[in-house]
Amino acid sequence: MSRHLKQSSRRRFLVGATGVMGAAGVVGVATPFVCSLAPNEKAKQVRAPIKVDVSKIEVGAMVTVAWNGLPIWILKRDKQSLLSLKKHEALLADPDSIDSIQPKNTKNTFRSVRSDIAVYIGLCTHLGCTPKYRPELSPIDLGENWHGGFFCPCHGSKFDLAGRVYKNVPAPTNLEIPPYRFIDNDLLEIGYREESEGV
Amino acid sequence: MFNALMNWFDQRLPILSFLRKHLSCYFVPKNLNFLYVFGIFALVMCFSQLITGIWLAMSYTPTTSEAFESIQYIMRDVNFGWLIRHMHTTGASFLFAILYVHIFKAMLYGSYQKPRELVWLFGWLLFALFSAEAFTGYLLPWGQMSYWGAQVITSLFEVIPFVGDSIAQWVRGDYTVSEITLKRFFALHVIGFPVLIGLLLFLHISSLHHVGSNNPKGVDIALKLDGKGKPLDAIPFHPYYTVKDLFYVLLMLGLFAAVVLYVPDFWGYFIESDNALPANILSTPDHIAPLWYFAPFYSILRAVTYPLFGIEARFWGAMLMYLSIFLLALLPWLDRSPVKSLRYKGKVSKFMFGLFVISFVSLGVCGVMAMNATALFIAQVSSLIYFSYFLLMPWFTKFEQCQNVPDRV
Repeated sequence: MSRHLKQSSRRRFLVGATGVMGAAGVVGVATPFVCSLAPNEKAKQVRAPIKVDVSKIEVGAMVTVAWNGLPIWILKRDKQSLLSLKKHEALLADPDSIDSIQPKNTKNTFRSVRSDIAVYIGLCTHLGCTPKYRPELSPIDLGENWHGGFFCPCHGSKFDLAGRVYKNVPAPTNLEIPPYRFIDNDLLEIGYREESEGV
Repeated sequence: MFNALMNWFDQRLPILSFLRKHLSCYFVPKNLNFLYVFGIFALVMCFSQLITGIWLAMSYTPTTSEAFESIQYIMRDVNFGWLIRHMHTTGASFLFAILYVHIFKAMLYGSYQKPRELVWLFGWLLFALFSAEAFTGYLLPWGQMSYWGAQVITSLFEVIPFVGDSIAQWVRGDYTVSEITLKRFFALHVIGFPVLIGLLLFLHISSLHHVGSNNPKGVDIALKLDGKGKPLDAIPFHPYYTVKDLFYVLLMLGLFAAVVLYVPDFWGYFIESDNALPANILSTPDHIAPLWYFAPFYSILRAVTYPLFGIEARFWGAMLMYLSIFLLALLPWLDRSPVKSLRYKGKVSKFMFGLFVISFVSLGVCGVMAMNATALFIAQVSSLIYFSYFLLMPWFTKFEQCQNVPDRV
């Protein structure tokens, strides 16, 4: 084979060119197959925002609604728990939400637009399980240092009532907050996006 | 008449010569023990999975609204659907149990060593493919465990810095596990992976037949030949091993039938009870655990709880899990012992292999248990032993004192 190829540089060039064109062809044909697996336009379309009336949520209670295939938690916190949020900041991994994902106007201690109403995407930032809502203080299974919050049963991650992650647990960041706004005093719109403002 | 017909065929397609080469004239060491039937067991279970799988696909619907319903339909309305489905679910667990013994045998007798490195590598790829096949199949019933198991495992890709989210979305075809994911897992489970498994099985067995079987003593039988060039310590595969294998296959199938008919869920280990609930995207089951055959690797994933070099803990957990599987592929090059079988290796090798088996089993036990401090500690120690076994192997196999391997089996 190589003996024949040495005979002419023209043949060598043709073999090389065919190889390069062949490789380009393989990449070209592979492209639609690889891209076909990525989320398509229909899946990417942000589904219509949903509206939730928060006036009916009791203080201390949490409701779960589905938006965009994600569980969304809406939690009404009492004054007591809001005041205690500052106290255990030393136990938290990201108390100022610097590495976490949230809309700009919720990057505060309460991690919310209105201090009593908290809205989170109810998926653990570790591997996407839904953590359990555990508002009680210092229960037996969670220990002395539990100030109320969310506990992930899958791998033991802990979050406080502001969705802030504790240190030394598998989850790296605070619970994600979806884009939302209050369109009325007690009417919450989840999935509202900046671009649609003013329309 | 018959002979003439067979000859006519053989001149056009050498079937007879092929069978002679691979059965009656394929020479196998005469000292193969019980552990050597597990390769045949695996082939039998593959065939069973293929047949039951085709029948299940006839009645299954891969949509989020109907997947769970169609499983109920198979269980209640399809004639013998309950039996075919339980054969498929039990078959998956049996196949993995068989594969683990098969791998154990290869490690025990050094069957991965020269000249069988390719046999081992093809086998390793097969194990990876079977894992992918089992994982995609587990999503199909669209139960709570199906959904959340897939959610957790596809999230593993998110831990890769910078591009992780895109990769996870590419794998799912959506931002969370959805109908798009279900449909592609179905396609891969019934067509994609089975075709690859078939190809790899062909390569695994072809490469084995080219170099011949190892044996419990690790003696190279090709070194002692009789006048006709046949190994002195070998017997033809057919009829000696076909009969032996057939006997054990019947025993295994008896055990298989007993499990299928009496305890198809195997007390929650073959079919998890949470999977009897349809998938609910708003709530994770309290105790989420993989099926038993993935538990050892899941344990390694969970064992890493602290960040390192500024990268989060879950990244290292996932990396260690992948590494734990990858290290197995390197075994032929990590083992530098002059002898194959553990019988003639030194004390350190025996001790380390014992520790390795114990660590693997305890990782499995921790993996199916709920997360607590004790389980975490045991999983961490076991992971350490698991990795030390592979990483220290080049040294302890090189410097230890081995026994002399006999000339003949």
